Amino acid sequence: MITESLPKRYGDPEQRPQGETGASRPKTATDRISDIVLTLRTPGWWWLGFAVSLALLLSLVYLITMIFTRGVGIWGINVPVVWGIAIINLVFWIGIGHAGTLISAILLLMRQEWRGSLSRFAEAMTLFALACAGLFPILHLGRPWLAIWLLPYPDSLQLNPQWRSPLVWDAFAISTYLLVSLLFWFMGMIPDLGMMRDRAKNRAVKYFYGALALGWRGDAVHWERYHTATFLLAALATPLVISVHSVVSLDFAVSLLPGWHHTIFPPYFVAGAVFSGLAMVLLVAIPLRSALKLQNIITLGHIDAAGKVMLVTGLIVVYGYAMEIFAPIYTGNPSEWALTISRFTGTYAGAFWALLIINAGLSQLLWFKAVRTNMGMMMFISLFVMVGMWLERFIIIVTSLNINLQSSMWREFIPRGFDYLTIIAPFGLFFTLLFLFIRLLPMIPMAETEELLHEKGLSSVEAEVATSGD
Amino acid sequence: MSNATFDRPDTADAQDQRQNLSNLSSEEEFEALLTREQPRHAAVWKRSQLDRRSFMKVMGATLALTGLAGCTPRPPDQPIVPYVRTPEFVIPGNPIFFATTMPMGGYGMGAVIETHEGRPTRIEGNPFHPASLGSSDRFLLASILDLYHPDRLTDVRNADGLQSWDAFNSALQTALADAPNGQGLYLLTEAVSSPTMKAQIDALLAAYPDAQWHQYEPVNEDSAFLGAQLAFDEPVNTVYHFDQADVVLALDGDFLTSMPGSVRYARDFMDGRRVRMAADGAAPAMNRLYAVESTPTSTGAVADNRLILRASEVELLARAVAQALGVDGGAAVDGPWDPNWVSAVAEDLQAHAGSSIIIPGREQSPVVHALAHAMNAALGNVGSTVTLIPPVLANPVAMVEDLQALTDAMTAGDVKVLLVLGGNPAYSAPADIDFAGALGQVPFSAHLSQMQDETSMLCMWSLPQTHFIEEWGDILAYDGSASLVQPPIGPLYPDAKSALELIAGLAGDDRTSYDLVRATWESAANGDFESFWRRSLHNGVIEGSAPEALSVQPAGNALPEAAPMDNGLEVIFRPDATIWDGRFAANGWLQELPKPLTQLTWDNMAAIAPAMATAMGLSRGDVVELSVDGRTVKAPIYVQQGHPNNAVTVTLGYGRTAGAGAGTDAGFNAYAIRPSGAQWNMGGAAMQATGETYVLATTQDFPYMEGAHDAVEVATLSEFIADPEFVHKPEKVVNIIPEKEYNSYKWGMSIDLTACIGCNACTIACQSENNISTVGKHEVEINREMHWIRVDRYYEGPEDDPATYFQPVPCMQCEKAPCEMVCPVQATVHSSEGLNQMVYNRCVGTRYCSANCPYGVRRFNFLDFVDPALVLVDMRNPDVTVRARGVMEKCTYCVQRISEARIRANREGRMIEDGEVTPACAAACPTQAIVFGDLNDAESRVVKLKQEPQDYAMLADENTVPRTTYLARIYNPNEQLTSSES
Repeated sequence: MITESLPKRYGDPEQRPQGETGASRPKTATDRISDIVLTLRTPGWWWLGFAVSLALLLSLVYLITMIFTRGVGIWGINVPVVWGIAIINLVFWIGIGHAGTLISAILLLMRQEWRGSLSRFAEAMTLFALACAGLFPILHLGRPWLAIWLLPYPDSLQLNPQWRSPLVWDAFAISTYLLVSLLFWFMGMIPDLGMMRDRAKNRAVKYFYGALALGWRGDAVHWERYHTATFLLAALATPLVISVHSVVSLDFAVSLLPGWHHTIFPPYFVAGAVFSGLAMVLLVAIPLRSALKLQNIITLGHIDAAGKVMLVTGLIVVYGYAMEIFAPIYTGNPSEWALTISRFTGTYAGAFWALLIINAGLSQLLWFKAVRTNMGMMMFISLFVMVGMWLERFIIIVTSLNINLQSSMWREFIPRGFDYLTIIAPFGLFFTLLFLFIRLLPMIPMAETEELLHEKGLSSVEAEVATSGD
Repeated sequence: MSNATFDRPDTADAQDQRQNLSNLSSEEEFEALLTREQPRHAAVWKRSQLDRRSFMKVMGATLALTGLAGCTPRPPDQPIVPYVRTPEFVIPGNPIFFATTMPMGGYGMGAVIETHEGRPTRIEGNPFHPASLGSSDRFLLASILDLYHPDRLTDVRNADGLQSWDAFNSALQTALADAPNGQGLYLLTEAVSSPTMKAQIDALLAAYPDAQWHQYEPVNEDSAFLGAQLAFDEPVNTVYHFDQADVVLALDGDFLTSMPGSVRYARDFMDGRRVRMAADGAAPAMNRLYAVESTPTSTGAVADNRLILRASEVELLARAVAQALGVDGGAAVDGPWDPNWVSAVAEDLQAHAGSSIIIPGREQSPVVHALAHAMNAALGNVGSTVTLIPPVLANPVAMVEDLQALTDAMTAGDVKVLLVLGGNPAYSAPADIDFAGALGQVPFSAHLSQMQDETSMLCMWSLPQTHFIEEWGDILAYDGSASLVQPPIGPLYPDAKSALELIAGLAGDDRTSYDLVRATWESAANGDFESFWRRSLHNGVIEGSAPEALSVQPAGNALPEAAPMDNGLEVIFRPDATIWDGRFAANGWLQELPKPLTQLTWDNMAAIAPAMATAMGLSRGDVVELSVDGRTVKAPIYVQQGHPNNAVTVTLGYGRTAGAGAGTDAGFNAYAIRPSGAQWNMGGAAMQATGETYVLATTQDFPYMEGAHDAVEVATLSEFIADPEFVHKPEKVVNIIPEKEYNSYKWGMSIDLTACIGCNACTIACQSENNISTVGKHEVEINREMHWIRVDRYYEGPEDDPATYFQPVPCMQCEKAPCEMVCPVQATVHSSEGLNQMVYNRCVGTRYCSANCPYGVRRFNFLDFVDPALVLVDMRNPDVTVRARGVMEKCTYCVQRISEARIRANREGRMIEDGEVTPACAAACPTQAIVFGDLNDAESRVVKLKQEPQDYAMLADENTVPRTTYLARIYNPNEQLTSSES
């Protein structure tokens, strides 16, 4: 790596930060990261990926148009299965978002150094996943244009939301989460944006980053405030990791329905969220790492650690499954029994068995270090965990509504064309934002990486060797 | 085109294009079309020559006028004057009610029509009418929809398009010129009981002595007619008094839901079954019903002891029972039944001689009817529980034979002029009577009909017929008493005529139908005719018109020998539970109404027993080919619990090809295999799987009860007496929050599951009252029907002979409503009178309330379900909001009726009295199973019912504290039989 020759379009030395001159100077970590955005030619795979994502995003626009013009009846939802893919998506995408906050905030507070390289990227994923998740509580409404009624705005009739409803809690939890995540992500990026501004050659690009950098000059005072602010925001964001999905789980736990009415739901949902969120992080980070040659920044150590956390959260999720089955056995409640039997043998049994095999079975491979450090295996497991966790939400939502308290109303939900579109279309939004992010912003925190290296007493150049795992 | 951005329209190209268009438009076909469809606009079109300026003018004016028309309806050209004084009684916003009578199969059903500012919006039963007593059946309630059907025939038409009555009359006179003295003039009507109509037909037959009158009803009473001939040598009608009966034996007779007097019979029958321990003391009594049945019906479901036989075997059983009762014609036959059953039933009947009833079904053979007459006579029931009266129909005939005779005459070329008044014989004739084919032989044919149906298509003239709500007339009820047909509204389409008007006109009588009906009853008046007439119109019924009981002597005819049992596959034909013989096929409410027992909508089916399905490897939705007598039809299988083995039931009325609105092409046409010689069941059929499948849309998929405590709690009478507290009551929940208090009213409902016969009248009544949309088959398939009250049907026990329970489920109006707590926008809230109310305007459509409703009674407008047909706007109840897309809705306890009563009571300075408010479901219920009232009024009926020991709340352990509670189902089986069965 270190001997690799410089790219042809390496920037003009005049534009380089002070003290870094000479065309043959070896690349620092900052070089590597900022070059991706500033100097390297946009690679072909980016264009391809961006085009596909954008096409999917257009299908989301089509879906939204149809929902507004024709109504939520374009889905297969019905009475009693009144909630379908939209709510599954909500839970699924919020879950994906959790990993970002977890990596950034909790690990920052706990001063876990390995988080550094993954954090920016994971935070961005949090935001984009929340953008996807946030759409669905609105789109699933019968009259989505009235979604604002869930917020306590100064209404002329003095109508407030109905505070006992978990959906109102949801609205607050999700919007708070979105706001804090956005602040946290942006705040953490300010020193890097300053650096990007300083390194940009093109005037327009300079203005772009300059505006975003909010006048960052790298003063000691700036740094001091920066550290305080990020730390405070991290402290704010940390409870959100726990609270958001707990609140989302209350949508279900508060109800009367067998299959929803479980006290285990909050921790079970949080663990599930981290489980699937880390899977998504890995699913994106592993290919990026090799495509952008970041193996020495996102190291095997990082991936190994993520694998361990997945293993732990996966086991909590399995405990949740066990408790769901334990409930009818312990209480003898016939409605719970009927639901549990239906999950194992009914219409949706295939999905239930699949999720058990994936989440309870396949994830046990993570016990082995050889698996955790094998990129192919980690991709494979992460992909299946995503599927398994999606199916879990499907089973929780659909089967509980299907096998409800009144057996005369046991009626099924059969997904229709628009349901399938609803499953895939948000990936368009997510990946479009993600592709824009990796093209326009430094996806690995440069300042933090340099700081870490400095603390370890390594020079930025030396670090290339020291942190390289493979 | 040139590269200029905008071409003037006058360039050569544009001119070419316009010319092409005008070439097209000058085609004769187009002009003919335009003249036919838009006569007024055709003139403009022709005049305009279609140059550019004129074209723009026409288009511009069209646009502008469209806008205008959208703003205000156009006043007439003549000067008009507004009310100085409003017409008497008309207070805007207050409904006015008119009594009238609905004809069906020749029998009248008393009705009251609610009108708002002159628009009929709703029908209910007429409390003065003997067939109704204020209750209704599904047909009566839904018939208002037919009045407003957007596809109604509005004008006289023939093959050349729109015509006038004048054109028809002159064509008819020309045709009649070929029919001297009416030789060759044939009249085909439906069953007629109207005295005025009879008089006019007689007048017509007098004017044209050689003319002929035929009648046909596909669901006819030929068996009863022939059975009476067999028993007495003269036609009689039988009227049953179930209120006097302690033991009833129904011989494949569904007297609770499908006979002319069913609504009354159901009420009388259930009056003998209401067990009220708290009110009546500790030893309640009940009547007992034995039902022998082929196709499962409500009667069998309600029966205390049911015997399932194939339709052809019922006659054998009737002979066996007759023999056990020592009646002539009885025979010791063996059949697939437990001999104890026959002896136990006979014993029970004899023990209740004089207070028992044996009632045969319309679909059973004449022999069964004759035997029933004999058995009732032998038991001394005639005169007490059974009355014989002169025939209700004006000219009773065996209708299949009558249609056969007409068709023969048509084929032979004897028919010169055929007038078909109502009915749809081209569709509903038996398969071997080729009425449709014979129509081609008739030189002049006309069909008077509300829709342009199969028969209209084959007749030369289609004549628009009035709906009964638009016409004057009279008709007899099941018990022979007369009632008037009074129109609260003039014909919606001025060209429409009633059959009575058409006949009178033909007979040369130029009086209006109003005068004709008045003339008929002038002689019946005691004293002042005007006051008699006004009273009769007001009440709808003519006092004292019920006929005297006949005393007829048995004719002593020998009954035909019993045919040997046919072991082949038997096809059973039955009228459809909701669309009957096909006459209601265009009625969306009835199409979407779940059929009792099958819960099927928008289709008919071939019902078979579970054992037979297993044996043949068939399951629901498999399409089979049924062949009877060389004719075949393809039908989807429905596996029906409690259906006899080795038999398949098909229902009539489906497979319509024209004039059935949304019901066109729904289901299959069972008439295509219905033989004239065996209208109701035919052996020797064959059934073969085709490998195709078909989707049947049902509203209940899982037929059994699951849960901690059964949704329907059941006990036999003796069990109940032994343990009156047998129903599950929840543990008392301790709550630190004080209970809400209700200082004015506190509404509640009680539903008696013993009395529910599963007829679904409540569902239709609710649909009509609350402007509930229909959604169509596809939406029912994906579980989106909108009914606010549904009737669940549960089975318990073995599949081949399960116990069947019905349970109407409206909103429970929970005191601790789980829906209210989870709505994020306060769109569903508790009222000060305890109602759980929906605020449609506030609803954003999260559907959380529905997810959290343990009873599944909430309904959501997933799409815009409101029928856009403008004419239907007039029918909607102005007191109830029409719900938009994306809004949740549910039962309100008919809050608009409560408000109306509250306003009235407040104005009069009093409280609402018990019984003053009746929700639509309770008002319609034939058996009065639903009772509504104020729980704060200790004397109200509903409070008394809730004090009964068998009162329970569904899913009580969820602590929702529902205001709608149920009285457990109690039945009274013959213990001798139940013990021998087990």
